[in-house]
Amino acid sequence: MSERTLMKGNEAVAEGAVRAGCRFFAGYPITPQNEIPEYMSWRLPEEGGTFIQAESEVAAINMLFGASSVGTRVMTSSSSPGISLKQEGISYCAAAELPIFYTNVVRGGPGLGNIAPSQGDYFQATRGGGHGDYRVIAFAPKTVEEMANFPRICYELAFKYRIPTMILADGILGQMMEPVTFDFEPIDPSTFETPHWALRGSKPEERRVIKSYDLRPGKMEQWNFRLEKKYDEIREKEPRYEAVNVEDADIILTGYGTAARVCESAMALGRNDGLKIGFIRPITLWPFPKSIFQELGDRIEKFFVVEMSLGQYVEDVRLSLNGRSEVYLHKRPAGGIPTGEEVLELTRKILSGDKLKLVA
Amino acid sequence: MEKIVFEQTKGLTDIPMRYCPGCGHGVVHRLVAECFMELGVQEKTIGIGPVGCSVFADEYFNCDMIQGAHGRGPAIATGIKRCLPDRLVFSYQGDGDLASIGAAEMLHSAMRSENITIIFINNAIYGMTGGQMAPTTLLGMKSTTSPSGRTVAANGYPIRVCELLSAMDGPIYLERVSVDKPAAVVKTKKAIKRAFEYQLEGRGFTLVEILSQCPTDWHMTPLQSIERIRKEMIPYFPLGIYREPEDDKRSKPKKAAVKEEA
Repeated sequence: MSERTLMKGNEAVAEGAVRAGCRFFAGYPITPQNEIPEYMSWRLPEEGGTFIQAESEVAAINMLFGASSVGTRVMTSSSSPGISLKQEGISYCAAAELPIFYTNVVRGGPGLGNIAPSQGDYFQATRGGGHGDYRVIAFAPKTVEEMANFPRICYELAFKYRIPTMILADGILGQMMEPVTFDFEPIDPSTFETPHWALRGSKPEERRVIKSYDLRPGKMEQWNFRLEKKYDEIREKEPRYEAVNVEDADIILTGYGTAARVCESAMALGRNDGLKIGFIRPITLWPFPKSIFQELGDRIEKFFVVEMSLGQYVEDVRLSLNGRSEVYLHKRPAGGIPTGEEVLELTRKILSGDKLKLVA
Repeated sequence: MEKIVFEQTKGLTDIPMRYCPGCGHGVVHRLVAECFMELGVQEKTIGIGPVGCSVFADEYFNCDMIQGAHGRGPAIATGIKRCLPDRLVFSYQGDGDLASIGAAEMLHSAMRSENITIIFINNAIYGMTGGQMAPTTLLGMKSTTSPSGRTVAANGYPIRVCELLSAMDGPIYLERVSVDKPAAVVKTKKAIKRAFEYQLEGRGFTLVEILSQCPTDWHMTPLQSIERIRKEMIPYFPLGIYREPEDDKRSKPKKAAVKEEA
């Protein structure tokens, strides 16, 4: 265990990655995530690792494609437009089953948008993001401390399943400072066994090939089904969530990341006034923690979704509930940040029978 | 008594190559493989295959291979080499891959003087996709996207990669060669070997550009395509050394180079 220190979210995710064994980072500047490459530029050399400021987002993700192909724990980070540019490379990593880790400190979009916090990249994070049928494991921290501790879990899952993993944060989580305690001891990657698939240079009879294509009839279909088998295992074993005050709840507030904190504060205010408000947040956005929604949906009538986007997260809530409950939505895209009071006010209206913004 | 004077290098697999008759790729594959075998580094070589006709390079080179996204070979090579600095890392790329979609990665890996080798096949055409205009397609040359011939007004000028990179400080060794005759093939092999040697010495960025014929998409016989190399390609893309280390100069004085072009 480490001592408790005050850290900025962007620095916390960088330090968390280094402590989890990251030894290669390539990235390109974009606000509001610049502290990540800045931190890595001095921190990685301290550990004998490599930092490269790449010529582009595209080059950065392909440097990761190379560095992870030899078994190194790698990281890149960016913000929305930059992550869009990286999607082709992420798709290649998913196909070639390379265990990369990246962070998206989401800003307002679409287009150049703004540099304010947003959750507009939910679909991109949870539906693969690039071309082809694939998924990445997506974590949604709500505190700086989670920003610090999730990279270790991301690397463990990335190497266990040979799959890209990511943290979906936003400008608030990246920029704010909070106390942090690391829940794991620094990991020395030189103690790791080289993965059997990693390129190292080898005897001809043992030569390894990493690629993402197969033009032979039927082979790519088989490849996809093999990936799906892995995705199904992850869907079964890896969903994570947090549920609070759900036992007696008349309504469930739900959101992820920053929006989860807004829900929590609305719940605290409402509970003070005797309102039976419960709260769930997914910690993994993919795999989505479907079963807790189904379980609660069987007995709780109303779910109120709060998201800093135009109705993306709500789709997974509705798919999970599959008609079990009424679903309400409060949306604040591209820099709109809901407050606890605002959400509580809407919650009261919903509880009093107002069909306000009911999602059909 | 019989004596073996030539045999297939063990640096290539037994998988039959799918290249068209008369294509230069197969020859260059053999030369690259012979070089890493003769340098005794097969077991520490990692190659990067491109997108294009040589997309199947991962099947042919008998060493660890990775096949990457279109144009990104130098970035992938950078990632590998920075993690495993003592390996021989080469990126095999065509003209569309290197000089068009991957131009940024080419320039910046050269600028950083990454200790990698790029094997650049310049055949002035997109072969795999069926003969579209390449960044190196000559003025007047017909392709499926310049059906009346490349014009300056519509398409601009062909890119000369060695000349472009020779304006930068990063590259250690740049040479343009061809595979249109046995003597040129011998010279190409020497150039590739020299690039690999510099990389193994840790000197920095090396690139060998090989003018190569594409009979299929040039709609020519192999012999006609060799004629085009000599009469059209070499005059626009002069052969020769464009950069070499100060302490290992092997190029002849400028005059000799000009003579060879003619």
